[in-house]
Amino acid sequence: MNLYSLLNIAYKALMRNKMRAMLTMLGIVIGIASVIAMISIGQSSQQNINEQISGLGTNLIMVMRQQHRPGVNTGSTNVQSLKYKDCIAIRNQAKYVSDVSPYIQSSGQLIRGSNNWPTSIAGVDPCYLNIRKYKLERGTNFTQAQINSYAKVCLIGTTIVEKLFPDGENPIGKEIRFGKIPFKVIGILESKGQNQMGQDQDDIVIAPYTTIQKRVAAIDYIHMIYASATSESVANQATDEIESILRAQHNILPGKENDFDVRTQSEMLEMMNSVTGFISILLAAIASISLVVGGIGIMNIMYVTVTERTKEIGLRMSIGARSRDIMRQFLAESIILSLLGGVIGILFGLLISYVVSLALSWPFIVSSSSIILSFVVCAATGIFFGWYPAKKAANLDPINALRYE
Amino acid sequence: MSIIKIEDIRRDFVVGSETVHALRGVSFDINKGEFVSIMGTSGSGKSTMLNILGCLDKPTSGEYYIDGIAVSKLSKDKLSHIRNRKIGFVFQSYNLLPRTTAIENVELPLLYNHEIGKKERHERAIEALKLVGLEDRMMHMPNQLSGGQQQRVAIARALVSDPVIILADEATGNLDTRTSYEIMSLFQQLNAQGKTIAFVTHEPDIAQFTTRTIMLRDGKIIKDEPVNTLSAQEFLLNLPLQND
Repeated sequence: MNLYSLLNIAYKALMRNKMRAMLTMLGIVIGIASVIAMISIGQSSQQNINEQISGLGTNLIMVMRQQHRPGVNTGSTNVQSLKYKDCIAIRNQAKYVSDVSPYIQSSGQLIRGSNNWPTSIAGVDPCYLNIRKYKLERGTNFTQAQINSYAKVCLIGTTIVEKLFPDGENPIGKEIRFGKIPFKVIGILESKGQNQMGQDQDDIVIAPYTTIQKRVAAIDYIHMIYASATSESVANQATDEIESILRAQHNILPGKENDFDVRTQSEMLEMMNSVTGFISILLAAIASISLVVGGIGIMNIMYVTVTERTKEIGLRMSIGARSRDIMRQFLAESIILSLLGGVIGILFGLLISYVVSLALSWPFIVSSSSIILSFVVCAATGIFFGWYPAKKAANLDPINALRYE
Repeated sequence: MSIIKIEDIRRDFVVGSETVHALRGVSFDINKGEFVSIMGTSGSGKSTMLNILGCLDKPTSGEYYIDGIAVSKLSKDKLSHIRNRKIGFVFQSYNLLPRTTAIENVELPLLYNHEIGKKERHERAIEALKLVGLEDRMMHMPNQLSGGQQQRVAIARALVSDPVIILADEATGNLDTRTSYEIMSLFQQLNAQGKTIAFVTHEPDIAQFTTRTIMLRDGKIIKDEPVNTLSAQEFLLNLPLQND
C-alpha cells in the first residue's frame, strides 16, 4: 500500500466521524496552543524586561574610586584617584565609548520658601542626560558656557517638583536653595519612576559639575565617571578600554591593582534574564502537561475506536489488508489527528500570545524553534500514543473480528 | 479444471483441556464455473470450512490448494495477498463501511492492491456496480440503501478484484424471501457468466438454486451431489405480488 492510499484510507476513516476527530484533536490543540503561547509570552516578558533595563542604560558604565592599601580599609570616601582629566582622556581615546560625564555628589537640604526636602545634588556634564536616558520634560539642559562659568543652574526631577512646588507653580526660572547656595531651575526631567531596585529615579537634582565641585563640595577630584558604550554589544570592550586608559592615566604598573573599579549593568541583566528564563521554563513545563493529557486523549479515543471498529478491521483483513496495513492505517489516523491538531494549536497559540502582547504592550516574539519543536512533539505524540491502539488493531484475528458484535 | 482442491483437511481447536475436532478429514474439489452450496447445521463445521476456504484460517493437517497454490505453509501476509487477489467475500451482515459511498465501499479491496491505480480502481468499481445493477446508486451511503441493495454493493465489492472464487456466508440470511430470490438470481447470473461461487447456507430452499451441494455433519462430508438446479428468476415471477 503506497503512502497516498494509506493517507486516503486514514483520512476517509477520520472523516466518517468528524465530530469525534475534532474533539480528539482539541486536546492536542489546547496542549500545543498553551505551549506556544507560554513560550512566546515568556520570551516577550524577557524582552520587555531587557528593554526596561536597557532603558536604565545597559550600555551604562560606571567608574568608581577604589583603593587597595594595607591597613584599615576606609572604603572609597577619601580616595581621590579620579580626576576630571580622566574623563577627557576617555572621551579622546576610547573608541567604544559614546558619552563620558564626571559625577560629583553632595547631600543636603533643598529649600524653596517654606518647603524643604533632603536630597543630594549631582554635578555632571550635559551628556549625563543621554547616558542615564533622562529626557527633558520642560526647559533646557545647561550648556558648556554655564559649565565654564560655574553657573548656579539646575535640572530637577518630578519628585523634587512635587516636594518644593506643591502648589503647581511652574518651577522653571524659580530659585531653589541647596543649603545656602541658590540655584535657578532651568529644566524639569521627565519622570522615570522607580528603577528595578525600587529607588525613586525622579528624586534628582543635577547641575554643572564645575559648580558642584568648586562651589558646593570644594574638592579637586571627582566621585565617579559615568560613560555609555556605543552599543550594548560592545559594553565589555568599552569596559576594557576604559580600564586600560585609566591605568595609563594613573601610571599603574603591570601587575599592580587598579585604584578604580569599572562596573556595568550586565550583571543585573544576567540576573533578570535568569529569573525570567526560569519562569518561561516553568510556564512551558506546565503547558506541556496539557500536551501530554492531549496525547493521552488521542490514545484513549484510538483505543475506543479500535474496539468500536473491530468489525471494520475484520472486513479490511478479509479483503486483503495485511496486519501492517491495519497498523499503518491506525497510526496514520493518530498522526493526522495530532499533526492537524498541532497546526491549529500553533495558530491558536500565536493568536493568544499576540493578543497578550498587544494587551500588555509587550513585544510580540515568536521563535521558530518553539514552532518546530511543537511540530516534532505533535508527530511524536501521534506515533507514541497511536502505536499501542494500532498494534492492538493489527493483532486482531480476522475471524473473531468479523464475528464481533 | 479445479480451482479449489481440498485434501483430507482436519481442523482441531483446543478449548481448555479438550480438543474439539471441527473438521475430521474433508476432501473435495471445486471446478471453475461451479456454484456450490455448502450446507450443514450449526456445529457441522461449515463455518470452519468457510474460514479455511477464505484463507482466514489454516487447517491443522491436510492441504488446501487455491488456483494451484498450496496454502497451509503460507505466511499471514501471503494469505492476505491471496484473500485480496483470489477471493471475494460476501457476508450475511453485508459489512459495508458506514458513512462511505457505495462506490468507495466497492473500491476498498483495490486500495490494498498497489498494482491498481486510482483511475483503474474507479473504473472497475463502476463496472462491478453495473454488474449488480446499482450503477444509479453509486454515491449513496449504506444507510440510504435497502438490505438487498446493500448486499448487492457487497457482491460488487467481492467481484471488483476479479477473484477466482466468491465465498458467500449466509448471504441471504438477513433478507426477506423476495430479496433472497433476487440475490440468488443475481448469483445465478454471475455463475452463468463463468464466476465460481461457494455458498454457505443452512437453508435447503436456497441450496436448490446452486449446481452442487456439499453437506457437512460433525466435521465430515455426508453428501456431495449435483443439484437439480432451479431458476431463482422463475421463483420470483411466481411469488405473489405484495400490494399491502
